[in-house]
Amino acid sequence: MAYSKKVIDHYENPRNVGTLDKKKTNVGTGLVGAPECGDVMRLQIEVDDASGIIKDAKFKTFGCGSAIASSSLATEWLKGKSVDEALAIDNMEIVQELELPPVKIHCSVLAEDAIKAAINDYRVKNDMEPIEFEDSIVH
Amino acid sequence: MRDLQLPIYLDHSATTPVDKRVVEAMLPFFTEGFGNAASRNHPFGWKAEEGVDYAREQVARLINANPKEIIFTSGATEGDNLGIKGVFEMYARKGNHIITCVTEHKAVLDTCKALEKKGAEVTYLPVNGDGTINLEELKAAFTDKTILVCLMFANNEVGIVHPIKEIAEMTHQHKALFMTDGTQAVGKIPVDVMEMGIDIMAFTAHKMYGPKGVGALYVRRKNPRVKVTAQLDGGGHERGMRSGTLNVPGIVGFGAACEIAQQEMEAEAKRLAALRDKLETSLLQIEESVVNGNVDSRLPHVSNISFKFVEGEGLMMGFNQEIGVSSGSACTSASLEPSYVLKAMGLDDELAHSSIRFSLGRSTTEAQIDYTIEKVTKAVNKMRDLSPLWEMHLEGIDISTIEWADH
Repeated sequence: MAYSKKVIDHYENPRNVGTLDKKKTNVGTGLVGAPECGDVMRLQIEVDDASGIIKDAKFKTFGCGSAIASSSLATEWLKGKSVDEALAIDNMEIVQELELPPVKIHCSVLAEDAIKAAINDYRVKNDMEPIEFEDSIVH
Repeated sequence: MRDLQLPIYLDHSATTPVDKRVVEAMLPFFTEGFGNAASRNHPFGWKAEEGVDYAREQVARLINANPKEIIFTSGATEGDNLGIKGVFEMYARKGNHIITCVTEHKAVLDTCKALEKKGAEVTYLPVNGDGTINLEELKAAFTDKTILVCLMFANNEVGIVHPIKEIAEMTHQHKALFMTDGTQAVGKIPVDVMEMGIDIMAFTAHKMYGPKGVGALYVRRKNPRVKVTAQLDGGGHERGMRSGTLNVPGIVGFGAACEIAQQEMEAEAKRLAALRDKLETSLLQIEESVVNGNVDSRLPHVSNISFKFVEGEGLMMGFNQEIGVSSGSACTSASLEPSYVLKAMGLDDELAHSSIRFSLGRSTTEAQIDYTIEKVTKAVNKMRDLSPLWEMHLEGIDISTIEWADH
């Protein structure tokens, strides 16, 4: 299976690889997937306390090229968004942007799950209720 | 780098290029030698038949069989089907029990599963951590209904070679037939059906520099005389066991490939083992990398290595424009299941996802191996920089203790 140019670009030049200090209250961490499924994504956001804007996002991913590209793209999109705007990111937007084939849609789902998990971690740390999400359909 | 053409092919267990000498031998049989080998009444048929007869001798010689014991097929999948289903039907009165192993190729496993629906009892032997079977477990599996033991000569994913002679002997003591899938072994290492006591063996041309779409089933004619029930109805070709007009150019190419393999096997195996060992030793210097499968009884040209904390398909993407290999990860399949062979060997799913199979062949050079070592090492390091699991490992977190979400 050939990868799209965009996937290859993200794979070769992944954006925002790294680790934020998960002890900080304005950092939310989402760790999703499982090693036995061949995909683990860790996505982190750092929120500016005053404005509520995501000022930094980092990821590390164990997975195939599409999983790496999905999480790399997600961090790019998260930066500069408010937390509410970030919640609106839909996995199908990632599919479209990266031209993922059907067998790789689960990679985009995982990225969306990672965003939501990071946001909930941030909310819980800041004394907000975690948001109840519907279970993802594709896994 | 000198003399290095890209991309490099290190996936010879999947298939091999057709040797130019094989192509040469085949070409006349597409045009002037086009006849139907079953046309007994004119020179066109005679010429085709001559080509097939000669090839049958070449194929038989490679495995020390009689030419009459060679049934040409479309490949090893057909051979596995014909051998197993053919024995099950032919020996139905004697019993219905088949013994095989969990790490067999799907052509064997799925054939056995299909027979279970038709009343077969099948024992799937487990394997040890190094992919070998426990002979005591085999011994204990026999019943008075056992008609067939089907165990591959060499495993396609990790390259381990089963003790065929011992297994055949034990099988015969229990009055059953011994069949082996010789796909990965024939033409690569010595396979002698007489000496080893093989009753039935499926193998194929395209794994040994012959064309795709042609293979053979060896069916013993003496001590004991083995019969298999045909699975294709038709003109009664191949002593009635496999109907269908013979693929004459393919068969001629298969014969040529067998003859070349026989001549070159010994030297080639030595050369490839040295290159494989160099590759393996160098890649094992990467920390947290392990060889999968028994290294003492193994094909000379195969190495299966897990690079912990990186996912195989993602890793391959780091070099698959330049180097062609296979991964035990199955991220492309909808099931997301990693290699069932590695899982059966007791590897964690995570390790199975992290595995790469390198399989060398006739065109492999030392320069290619050097290049591969460099590229793969770089890719593993790059992927580990990206891997949250590697980071946890460095922090001393045991990832098996983490409660992962359902996925």
